[in-house]
Order: sequence, then structure tokens, then C-alpha cells
Amino acid sequence: MVGSSESELLRLIPALPLLAALFHGIVLSLVRRESPRVFVIGLSCGAVLASFVVSVIALFQLVELPPDARVLVDGVYTWIGAGRFSAELAFQLDPLSAVMILVVTGVGALIHIYSVGYMDDDKRDDKGFQRFFCYLNLFTTAMLLLVLGDNLLVMFLGWEGVGLCSYLLIGFWYGDEFNAYCGSKAFIVNRIGDFGFLIGIFLLFWAMADLGAASVDFRDLAAQAGALAGKSLALPLFGEVRLVTLAAISLFVGACGKSAQLPLYMWLPDAMAGPTPVSALIHAATMVNAGVYMVARLSFLYEASPVAAAVVAWVGGLTALFAATIAVAQTDIKKVLAYSTVSQLGYMFLAAGTAGYTAAIFHLMTHAFFKALLFLGAGAVILSMHHEQDTDKMGGLWSRIPRTHAVFLIGVLAIAGFPGLSGFFSKDEILLAAFTSHVPGHMALWGIGVLTAGITAFYMGRLYIRTFHGECRASREVQDHIEDPTETVLWPLYVLAGLSAVGGFIGLPQLYGDAIFGLPDSNSLALFLEPVVGGAHHEIAHSTEWLLAFAAVASAGTGGALSWLFYYRQPDLPLRFRESASGLWRLVEGKYWVDEAIDASLVRPLVTVSDRVLYRTLDAGLIDRVAVDGTANSVMGAAKGVFRHLQTGLTQSYIFLMILGTLAVVGWLVR
Amino acid sequence: MVPLEHVIALSAILFTIGTLGALTRRNLIVILMSIELMLNAVNLAFIGFAWAWGDLAGQIMVLMVITVAAAEVAVGLGIVIAMFRNRDSVNVEDVSLLKW
Repeated sequence: MVGSSESELLRLIPALPLLAALFHGIVLSLVRRESPRVFVIGLSCGAVLASFVVSVIALFQLVELPPDARVLVDGVYTWIGAGRFSAELAFQLDPLSAVMILVVTGVGALIHIYSVGYMDDDKRDDKGFQRFFCYLNLFTTAMLLLVLGDNLLVMFLGWEGVGLCSYLLIGFWYGDEFNAYCGSKAFIVNRIGDFGFLIGIFLLFWAMADLGAASVDFRDLAAQAGALAGKSLALPLFGEVRLVTLAAISLFVGACGKSAQLPLYMWLPDAMAGPTPVSALIHAATMVNAGVYMVARLSFLYEASPVAAAVVAWVGGLTALFAATIAVAQTDIKKVLAYSTVSQLGYMFLAAGTAGYTAAIFHLMTHAFFKALLFLGAGAVILSMHHEQDTDKMGGLWSRIPRTHAVFLIGVLAIAGFPGLSGFFSKDEILLAAFTSHVPGHMALWGIGVLTAGITAFYMGRLYIRTFHGECRASREVQDHIEDPTETVLWPLYVLAGLSAVGGFIGLPQLYGDAIFGLPDSNSLALFLEPVVGGAHHEIAHSTEWLLAFAAVASAGTGGALSWLFYYRQPDLPLRFRESASGLWRLVEGKYWVDEAIDASLVRPLVTVSDRVLYRTLDAGLIDRVAVDGTANSVMGAAKGVFRHLQTGLTQSYIFLMILGTLAVVGWLVR
Repeated sequence: MVPLEHVIALSAILFTIGTLGALTRRNLIVILMSIELMLNAVNLAFIGFAWAWGDLAGQIMVLMVITVAAAEVAVGLGIVIAMFRNRDSVNVEDVSLLKW
């Protein structure tokens, strides 16, 4: 990266939603009455839309620059200045963050509009139309800070901010204790990850200070990447460890928390307790991608440390497979989508770990489109089913809600990798990156990817068929009132459906560019991102590429066909399968009992130790009873038993004591 | 000429008598008289030092003490009368109510 240009425009992008959020917050906390709905809608959606428009303008400013100098910087003020160290509250727009802000503000704006329709008929006691939009705007601000920040600290500010908003929105309907529990779970699991993230920041800062450039600015870090790669650190148990490896893995722990990877994934399925637009915005399209963005942003660290890259790739691959198998046995429509999100995020890390950063970001973008579409579509289904989420009580909906069905089908096909739709191209790129990388066991990773593609097609087909085809299993009263939701809910779906269908062409792999359209530089996304994250440089014959693509399609096709056979053609097959392999079925249906295992091995002992030892023995017993109460009681006892006899009521005894005291003082003075 | 030591010795003796009286007697009027004796023992010491060092500050101090002592006697006798009216006694042991 050569130089950078100034642009005061960037601060507007996070500032606009922030102003809306602040306004809502002030009204709610001081006026204590909701503003008129029209006004709330106008302000919140308007702020995000305006932010989107500014992002587009900034993008145009960016592409006018020569490709290797595409960085816009906006330093607002010095946030922390301490000695040689200084951290600016500064924003930077390069191709990577440009893609991110367009996804965040674009998909975010659509979801804001959708929420207007979705939250409209909320009749719960703990409802809060303006509160919802306040949190949603605040979330958008934090997410934009995260992707626009030009140093690790601003990024961390956004990182924590999205975590907070995620907590607030998961527990939005706080009347149910379970929702509050889910919110806390998400927050606590994320805190574990954030701890790793912080350690990573400290390590990098420490190393940078050692090199004489006390800064955690991304461009400074990238400039010092070579020097950082040479540093190492002595650890008590592991001996000499390379600093980049340690820092990269610590940061990846943070990414695991935020992006729900093994072993910190279990908060995401529970996060579905929040309102559906929240699941779409935070837990599918934006926040959970923060980890992938972070790895891509710090790609130079992972390039410098093959060990860390291999960890990222393998964690991603295993998560993709693991979560996909769980999704196979879930019946809650949102839970299936949640596990599918975990699985797709695994794909992104698989790509990022195998140096396919452009593929990771490409999939991040297409996934934001089709997963937001699927979640919002699921929300529309839930609305029309009167807040029923269990697919066991759905079925045959395709003729009753035809428009929802149509857009949902596009989403299903896109995620399953139907040729030509967005998910197909991005998944292809990921598998290609895995195939051509030098990560240990990259062929196994490729195999996992292909297998997961098949499972993905299977569970999505299962979800689709159980929801939209077959007999309707809902109760009579519900069946009588099933109809498509309002236009406000539907038209964001149309836009997302369009994006899911054709969004893949922005990063059309060169293979298809050559073969079908005869375009020389068809993968414009990769070319756009190349100055930041480096290009994918695979020397591989087109024939091999065709073969890889064919393998993926064949796997997905098999999965899709199996789901058709199992759930449409012969609906008794799943039952028979369940009987013949009941152990396996229960294992998968019970989500491998990970939650239970963690509960038994970590949570329960921790709670017991905290309760019995720390609380009852140490705090209540030792500190409260012995130390605090003990002192007070012994003073009181002495006063009651001994010292009260000094109080004779006889003036003369007081005078006597006074004289003794005076004599003692005088005697000490003249000694 | 009387040496200063003699004056101070007399003052000390008077003060001790006053103190012992205040500590041991039970009659409130006698206690007040003992306190008066203590004050005048101090006055005597002041006068002695003022005379020995030719410093008038000691004599001024004595005038101050006499003034305050007059006020003290007024208040003290007032209390004695109030006590006698309420309790028919001027014995301090009869008013030792503020105790454990």
C-alpha cells in the first residue's frame, strides 16, 4: 500500500446511526414516552439508508484512486495518547472495509425496513418499538466502527459494542426468563473469546513497542509484519514460541467467540431467542462475520504463521461439518438456520485459513445475502403461522403463502449451491482455495468441504420440504389464518432474493468468466480486494477446476436428492432410519450433548465452587462472619463486659480519670 | 524577700488540697469550694511567676481567672439550688443516674 487519501466522509457513516440511537435513548430515558411510530421509523431507517448512501459515495471516491493506493483515511481525534503510544479514533476505508460497510449498511437497511413490519404487531408486555430501533441503530454503529476502525483498539470498541447490542437484542423480550438467559449466555461466551482477542492486542502492542513503533494501527502493523515475524517469546510450558503464532491464535480465539466456531459456537443457536430480524441482522449477516473480517484484515499475521493459518483452517472445516450434522436433526426453523450459519462461517474460516481471503470475503458477502433472506423468510413464515417456529407444525405452506415460498426457495437454492446462484460461486472458490493450499491435510479439508456441501443441501432441502410441502400439520385455527405478511415485510425479501440470485456474479470465478462469457477479468471482487489481502494464486489447470466444481455440485445434488427422497417421496423413510439407528439419531438430535457436557464439566463445577467455596465459605463465612462481624462483635463484647463499668455516673470518678490522664500527658511532656 | 520556690510550693500544696477535696468530698458545695481553691492556687502561681520575671501578662491572666471563677460560682450555685429543689440533697451520689 503506497499512500492514503483523506476523506472526511467516513466519520458520517457510523455517526448517522449513532445519532439516531442516541436520540432514541435520550427520549426513552428522559421523556419516558415513545415517540410517534412514523417518526421512529423515519429516523432509524433514514439514518441507516443515509449511511448506505454515504458508503456508496465513499466507494466511488475509493475506486477513483489507483488500485495500489486505495485507502481513504479519516482521523477524527487522538483517542488515547500516552507517552510514545497513541491511538487515534480514526477510520480507514480500503477495498476490504468497503465490501463490509456496503454489506452492513445495505443488508442492515433492508432489515431495518423489514423490522418495521415485523415488530408492528408486537403485543407482548415487554414490547418496545422505539427501544428495538434504538438497539438496532446502536448495533449498526458498533458494527461500522468495527469494520471501519483503522487500529485494533477502535476495532475492539466496535467488537465489544456489537457484543453488547447482541446481548440486548437477544434478551429483547425480557419477560421470558429464557430469553434473558440466552442473552447472558451469548454475552458470557463472547467474553471468553474477547479475552483471547485482548491478549492478542496486548501481544502485538508489546511487540510493536519493542520494535520502536508503539502503535496498533493496521497499516503500521502491516508495515512491520516482517519484523514481527522474526520475534519470539519464551512461554513456561511450551518453550520458545513465535510471537506471530501466539498473537494470531489469541486473536482467533476472539474470532471463535464472535463468529461461533468450535468450541465457542453454542451461544449462536440459543441467540435465536431474539426477534427474527435480529437473528438475520446480527446472527447471520453482520456481527458473526466480524471474526472472518478480522482474520482477513490481519491476513499478514496469518500469512506469517503457517501454524496459526492451519489452526484457522481446521477449526473452520471441523465446525462446518460438525454444525451441518446437527442441523440435520433440528425441527425449529430458526435453529436449523442457526446451525447452518455456524457451518457456513466454518466455511469462511476454512477459506481464510487456506489463504483464500478473497473467497472468504466473497462467501461472507453472498452468505449475508442468502442467510438474511432465509432468516427474514423464516420470519415471514413465523409471522404467517402466528409465531409458530416448529417445522413439525408446518407443511404444505407453498400454496398458502406463495410469495414467501418463492423467495425462500431462492435462498435455499443459493445456500445449497445451485449452479448460477451466489452460494455456488463462493463455495466453489472456497473449495478451490482448500484444494490448492499448502496447509497440512488440505485434501482432507477439501473433502470435508465437499461433504459439508452435500449435508447442507440435505438439511436445507429437509427444512424447505417440511415447511412448504406435504400435509399441513398446524392446528385448525392457525390453518384458517395463514396468509402472506404485509408488503413492508415482503419487499426487503424481494431485494435480498435478487441479490442472492445474481450477487455471485460480482466475484465470478475466472473459470466461468473464460468459459461462458469470455470476460478477461471476471472475478472483479477478487481483483478489488487483491491489494489488501493478496490474490489467490493457484496454478491449476482449468480441467481440474471443472472437476472440483463438478464434485461440489454432485455432492450438493446428492444431498438435495436424498432430502427429496426422505421427506417428500417416502416420508416414512426418516422414521425407519430413526428406528434402525436410534443411537446415532439421538446423538445428532441432542446436538452431541455438547451443552450438557459443558454444563456438567465446566458450568456446574464452577457454580458449585463459587457457591460452596467462594461464596459460602470464603465470602459469607470467612470475610463476612469472621472478619467483619467478628471485629464488630468483639468490640461490642468488650464494651458490654468491661468498658461500660467506666461509666459510673459519679462526676468525681471522671475527674479522677481526667487528672490521671493529664498527669500522664504532662509527665510524658516533661520527662 | 520570699523566694519564688516558696510561692510555687504553697501554690502546689493548695492545688493538691483542692484536688483531693474535689475528688473525695460528696457535698456539692464543698466540691465547688475545692475547685475555687484549685483556681486560686493557680492564681498564686501566676502572680509568683509574674513578680519573679517582671512580666505583667501573669497578673492580667489572674484577673481573667477571677472573672471566669465568678461566673463559674454563679452557675455552680445555680445548679446546686436546682438540685436541692429537685432532690432535697446536695450529695453528688444522689445524681449519679447517667451510668451503665
